[in-house]
Amino acid sequence: MMRLPWFDYRAPRSVEEAAKILAWEGNGAMLIAGGTDLLPNMKRRHQMPQTLVSVRQVEALKKIANGSGLRLGAGLTLTELLAVRGLRERYRALAQAAAQVATPQLRNMGTLGGNLCLDTRCTYYNQNYEWRKAIDFCMKKDGEVCWVATASKRCLAVSSTDTAPALIALGARVKLVSAAGEREIALAELYQNDGIDYLKRKPDEILTEVLLPQPDGWRSSYWKLRRRGSFDFPLLGVAAAAKLAADGTVEAARLVLGAVSSHPLVIKSDALAGRKLTDDVIAEIGEAAQSRAKPMDNTDMDLRWRKHVVADFVGYALRELRGDDMSAMRLRIAKQLV
Amino acid sequence: MSGTARIERRRNVQLRLGVNGEDTEVSFAPYKTLLELLREDLGLTGTKHGCELGECGACAVLIDGEPQLACLKLAIECEGCSVETIEGLARGKELHPLQAAFADHGGSQCGYCTPGVIMTAKGLLDHEPEPSRERIREATAGILCRCTGYQQIVDAIEHAAAELRGERK
Amino acid sequence: MSAPQKRLEVVGRSRRRVDARAKVLGQLRFADDLVLPRMLHAKLLRSPHPHAVIESLDASRARSHPGVHLVLTGRDFPVPFGIMPVSQDEYPLAPERVRYVGDPVAAVIARDEQTAGEALELIEVKYRALPTIATPEEALAHPETRIHDYGEQGNIHRNQAYEFGDVEDALANADHVFEDLFFYEGNTHLPMEQQASLAAIDGEGKLLLSSSTQNPHYLHRQLAQVLQIPAAQIRVIACPNGGGFGGKCDPGGHEFVVCKAALLLGRPVKIGLTRQEVFYVHRGRHPVLMKLRTGVSRDGRLTAMHLQTLLDGGAYGSHGPASTFYTGVLTPVTYELPRFKFEACRVFTNKPACGPKRGHGTPQPRFGQEVQLDKIAEKLRLDPAKLRLNMVTKPGSLTASWLRVGTTGLAECIRKAVEISGWKAKHRKLPPGRGVGIACSTYMCGAGVSIYWNKMPHSGVQLLVDRSGQVTVFCGSTEIGQGSDDVLAAIVAEVLGVDTGVVRCVTGDTGLTPVDLGSYSSRVTIMMGNAAMQAAERMREQIAGSVCETLGTTPERVAFSQGRVFAAEDPGKGMSFAEAVAITEAKLGTLSTVGSYTPPKPPGKYKGGGVGPSPAYSFSACVVAVEVDEKTGWIHVPKIWIAHDIGRAINPVLARGQVIGGVYMGLGEALMEEQVFRRLPPKLSAALVHRIPSMLDYKSLTALDMPEVEVALIEDPDPNCPFGAKEVGQGPLLPVMPAVANAIYDAVGVRIDELPITPDKVLAALELKAQGKTPRIGPARFPEVPYPKPMFVLPPWEGGDGNESKMPRPLGVAAS
Repeated sequence: MMRLPWFDYRAPRSVEEAAKILAWEGNGAMLIAGGTDLLPNMKRRHQMPQTLVSVRQVEALKKIANGSGLRLGAGLTLTELLAVRGLRERYRALAQAAAQVATPQLRNMGTLGGNLCLDTRCTYYNQNYEWRKAIDFCMKKDGEVCWVATASKRCLAVSSTDTAPALIALGARVKLVSAAGEREIALAELYQNDGIDYLKRKPDEILTEVLLPQPDGWRSSYWKLRRRGSFDFPLLGVAAAAKLAADGTVEAARLVLGAVSSHPLVIKSDALAGRKLTDDVIAEIGEAAQSRAKPMDNTDMDLRWRKHVVADFVGYALRELRGDDMSAMRLRIAKQLV
Repeated sequence: MSGTARIERRRNVQLRLGVNGEDTEVSFAPYKTLLELLREDLGLTGTKHGCELGECGACAVLIDGEPQLACLKLAIECEGCSVETIEGLARGKELHPLQAAFADHGGSQCGYCTPGVIMTAKGLLDHEPEPSRERIREATAGILCRCTGYQQIVDAIEHAAAELRGERK
Repeated sequence: MSAPQKRLEVVGRSRRRVDARAKVLGQLRFADDLVLPRMLHAKLLRSPHPHAVIESLDASRARSHPGVHLVLTGRDFPVPFGIMPVSQDEYPLAPERVRYVGDPVAAVIARDEQTAGEALELIEVKYRALPTIATPEEALAHPETRIHDYGEQGNIHRNQAYEFGDVEDALANADHVFEDLFFYEGNTHLPMEQQASLAAIDGEGKLLLSSSTQNPHYLHRQLAQVLQIPAAQIRVIACPNGGGFGGKCDPGGHEFVVCKAALLLGRPVKIGLTRQEVFYVHRGRHPVLMKLRTGVSRDGRLTAMHLQTLLDGGAYGSHGPASTFYTGVLTPVTYELPRFKFEACRVFTNKPACGPKRGHGTPQPRFGQEVQLDKIAEKLRLDPAKLRLNMVTKPGSLTASWLRVGTTGLAECIRKAVEISGWKAKHRKLPPGRGVGIACSTYMCGAGVSIYWNKMPHSGVQLLVDRSGQVTVFCGSTEIGQGSDDVLAAIVAEVLGVDTGVVRCVTGDTGLTPVDLGSYSSRVTIMMGNAAMQAAERMREQIAGSVCETLGTTPERVAFSQGRVFAAEDPGKGMSFAEAVAITEAKLGTLSTVGSYTPPKPPGKYKGGGVGPSPAYSFSACVVAVEVDEKTGWIHVPKIWIAHDIGRAINPVLARGQVIGGVYMGLGEALMEEQVFRRLPPKLSAALVHRIPSMLDYKSLTALDMPEVEVALIEDPDPNCPFGAKEVGQGPLLPVMPAVANAIYDAVGVRIDELPITPDKVLAALELKAQGKTPRIGPARFPEVPYPKPMFVLPPWEGGDGNESKMPRPLGVAAS
C-alpha cells in the first residue's frame, strides 16, 4: 500500500493562526485543504513537508457572500461550490468546470482553493519515487533535465486546473493573506509560465477568497477535453466569456486555454469586439487560439492532435455562448450534461 | 483536536470518531489515512483499496453522509466525524436494499469494488431517491470496475432505489 | 455426460450467487484482508534499470535498520521458476541480471510496511548497464544483445510454423488474395485488487500460503520446486481474487519471497503489491504484429490463409510458448478454411513479461481476420454479416488443423445480432459520421492439455453429505469473480434436487481440495462442472439405491427435487433430503463420492497439436454502433449488441454479467487501453520505462464511458458440457475490437488497422482520405522473421490422418 511519510500536523482554527504558523514554520510547512492533490504527491514523495497545516477547520474559508459580486471561500469543496445558489445561471463556465473536475467523490473533498493551486502535472513527474529514479529524476523534482524537451531551461509541466481558466475568463480576483498582510490580485496574475514556480503565491500566503464580479450581461462556457467522462485531468480546457449586446454583437470577451502551457493561457480576443459570433468569426478566433497553444508530450493523447482540436473546442465554447444547442456535442465529449 | 493542536512526528495519536454509528476511540500512527485506520487499526477490511492515490475509487466510504475516498483522507482529520463503511450497512441479519439488489442483479462479480460502489450509491440515494440511469452513472463514475461493465451495477442501484421508495417488495 | 431427464430447477434460473452475500457485506476476505498475530510485512526492491548486471549488492545498512527482521536477495533463491516447464527463466529475486525496470532484486521484511519501505532505500546495489531491446524489430536486429541465453536463437524465445495443406497453391488459384497488416498494442489486466500474499507456518510446522492467485495448483508445484521442500509440506489457499483476467495465473516473485521469509523467521509474513508493481508483474496482452494473406473465391468463401505473427514477449517466458500458439490456432474454428498456414515468433524485450490476458493470444489475430473480412465484403460487394453466415463451420466438423468443432451456434449468433441491432437498416445506410460494424469470434472451453505433461484428471471434485442434510463440495477451482463457486453449487444442487443454499463450497485450497488446474482458459465450468456432475450423480445413485425400498420403487425411479426425495410415480410419498441421507448413511456408512474430468483426446496427432483442442467452443457475434466526429476524429460508442452461444446459461444473471464485462474490457482495448513504454533520448539516458503505470493514466472505461449492451444468450446445450453449458468468461470480449474498427469504417470510410483506435488516428486517416490517399492507419511493414520450416499436416479432406506428412511439392513453389 502507498503510504504517507511521517509529518507533523497543525490544525489552526482561523486564517490568522494559519498564517502565523506558516510564517513561523517557513518552507518546511505546507497547507492542506482537501488533500486530493497534496496527499498523492506526498505518497509519491514529490512533497515531503515537515509540517502539514490543515485549514479544514477554518470556518472563514467556507464563506459565501453576495454583494457587488460573489465572494467564494477558497475552502469550499467543489461540491459545495456547485451548490451555490445561482452559480450555474450567473457563472456558467465555473459551474461547468467544477462539475468536470476528477470524480464525484474527489469533488466532495477537493476545494476551490486547492484546484486553483493544483500542482502542475507531467508524465515524467506524476510517478512513484522508484519510477522517477529509473529516469534519474527530472528538473521539477530531484533532477536536472526536463525530459519533455531536454534543451528547455524551464520545467514544462502542465497547468491542469479546470477552474482557473473558467475563473480568469469570468474576471475573477483572489485574496492572499499572510502574517505580514493581505493583497488582492487578478487571478490571472497568480500564475506564471513555469512548471516549477507556477504560482506567484508566496509560501507563507494563504489563498483565502475568490472574488467574482457581477455577471452584468456576461455569459460564459467551459469545455474540457479528456479521454474519459471521469477522473481525468484536462488535456485542454477552453473557457470563454463574453458580453453580448441585444443584437448579438460582442461588446467584450475573454478566452482562456487550460492544459496547453504551464499556466492558464489568456488568448487575446480583442478581435471579437464589435463583431457578431458568426461561424467565420468563431473559426478565426479558433485558429488564433490554436496557433498559441503549445501542448507538449507530457500528458495523455497525441500532442499534434491535441493542438489540432483547440480550434474545434474554442468553437464549441463560442457556439454555446452564441446560444447554439450544444447538448448533443456535450454528451459526446463530456459524457454528461454539465 | 482544538486550536492549533499539534501532532509530533513518530508518536501515535488518539482519536475519537463515529464508525457505523458507534463511538470509537483509537490510537494510531498519524501518517495514516482513514483507509489504513479502518483496515489496520479498526479491523474493518470491508473497505478496499486499488491504488491509494484517488485514481480508482475502491475505498469510497461515507464521511458525514458524503462519499469520499478513505485513501486521501488523513485519519487525524476525522476527529468527530461520522464514518459509514460497508460493514455498517446491514440491519442485523437483513441486507440493506442496496446490498440485496447488488447480490440479486449481478452488481457484484469479484466483489472488490462492491463496497465502494454500494457506499457511493447509498450517498446518492440518501439525497436523490429516484435517479435516472444517467444520473446513477454520473454518481458512480468515480469508481472503476473491471468486471461488470457497470450495466448490472446501474440495474442494481435502480432496483434498490425502487425498493427504498417502497415501490417493489 | 448424461443429463438427467427431469425439468431443471436450479440450472438456467437467475439466482443470487452463492458468494454474493459475503461480497455485499464486505465480509469476503481477500488476501490483503488477512491478518495474523505477529505478522511481519515485506516490500521488494526493484531494478531501476531495464537491462543490467548486478555487480554488487550491500544490504548491511538495511539489515541494521530498526524494525527490520530480514533482508533477502537473489542468493536466497538458487532455483528458478516459470509457469511452463520449457521456460524456467525467472528467479523470485534476480541473482545477477535484471531484465526490465521493476525486476525484483531484494526484499526487506520488517515490523510494518512503512519501516520496510524506509529500509529498501538503504540497500546499495551497483549495476552495470547493458544495451537494451525495446521492440521486436530491435530484438530481431540485435541477436548479439541476448536477454536470455536460452531460446531458439538470439532474442527469439519461440518460433513456430505449421502448414495444413498447400497454402501457396491455394492462394495462387484464388480469385482474390487479400494481404493485410495489423498491429494490436499490448495492454494489461488491471484487476481492481492488487496482488497480496500471506505466508505462515501452521500448527503442524507446514508452510501455508494464502494468495491472490488464479492457479493454486501450479503455484503449489512451483513453491515446492523453488523452496526445495516437499509439496506435501506446503498448503496454498487461493483467496477470492479481486479480479484476475489472467494476471494472477503466473506465480509471482513476491509469493516465493513471503514463503521463504516465513520459513526463515517462523512468523507470518505479508506482502501487498502497489499498483505500480502490479503493472510490472503484468503478464498481460502481448503486442502482436500480424500479416494475413487470405485467398477468397468470387462468391466470398475463404480458400486459404497464411497468417504470420510476431509477439513482443517482454523480459521473461511466462506462458509465452502457449501464447505464441494461441495467436493462430483458433483462427480456423469460426469459418470454413480449406487450407491454413500459421507462423508465429515470440521475442524477448526489456519490458515486463507478457502472458495470458482474457482471450489469451486470440484477440489479436481475431481482430486482424475480422477486419480483413470486412474489407473482403466491401470489395466483393457483399453484406459482411451474410458473408460470415455463409461460411460458418459445421457442427462436428474438423478444421484444416484438426480441431474438432463440436456444437456451434455461430450462425444463430449472427442472425440474432443482426436482428436485435437492426443491422440491415443501418449498415451502409446511416448518415455520414454514424456507422455499425459486425464481427464474430470463438473461444475454447478449457485447454485440452495441462500446462505440464501428465495423464491425471484436469479437475477433481469430492462430495460429502451427512445426516444434517448439508452437502459439502470440495474442488481446487478458484473463484476470481467469474462465479465458479456458484457453478459448482448449482450443478451439485441440480443433481441432488436441493437448493444451492444447502451446498457449501470449499474451493481453491491445495490442503483440502482435489486438484483442479485453475481459473484459466475458460475451463472451469466445463471441467469442474463435469467432475462435479459425476460426483453428484454417484451420490444420487447411492441415495436412490438406499431409499428405493422405503419408497417402494426402483432406484432409477427415485426422484430428487426441491429438497425432497420421492418415488417419481407417487411424489406425495417421500422424505426430506436429510432423511434420505440418514437412511443411506445407516446403510452404507459415511457418504462421500468423487468425480473427475479429463478432456477427450484431440484428433490432431502432430507435435504441437495439443494447443487449441477443447471439449467445446463458444461463439459470439457482436454489432457495435459508433458516431465519429469528422472534424476531430472523436469516437463515441452509443450502443453494443452481442449474441453469445453459451450452450446453456447456468445462472443467466451471472452469464449476462460475464458477457457485458467481456464487452466492456474489449471496448477498452479497442479505444484506449495500452501498456506502453518510453525510451529517453539515448544520448542522455538508457532509461526504458513504462509510460503510465497508474490507474489514472492507464485508461480504463468508467461508468460514463460504457454504453448499454444488449445481450442475447444463444442456448443449444453441448453434450460435452455439464447441462450443456459452455464458457462465457472470455469469448464475448473477442469480437468487440474488430466490430469497433468495422463500425468506424462504416461511419467515416477509414481503416484503422491497429489498436487502440484513438481520435488522432481516425483524424489522420480522414486527412489521408481528404488528400485522395489510402485512408488507412496501421503498420506499413512486417520485418524479416526467420520462421522455421513449417510442419506440414494434410487437412482431413485431403487424405490426412492427423499426423505430420510430406509436403506434396517443394516448399514455396506454387503449383501453376
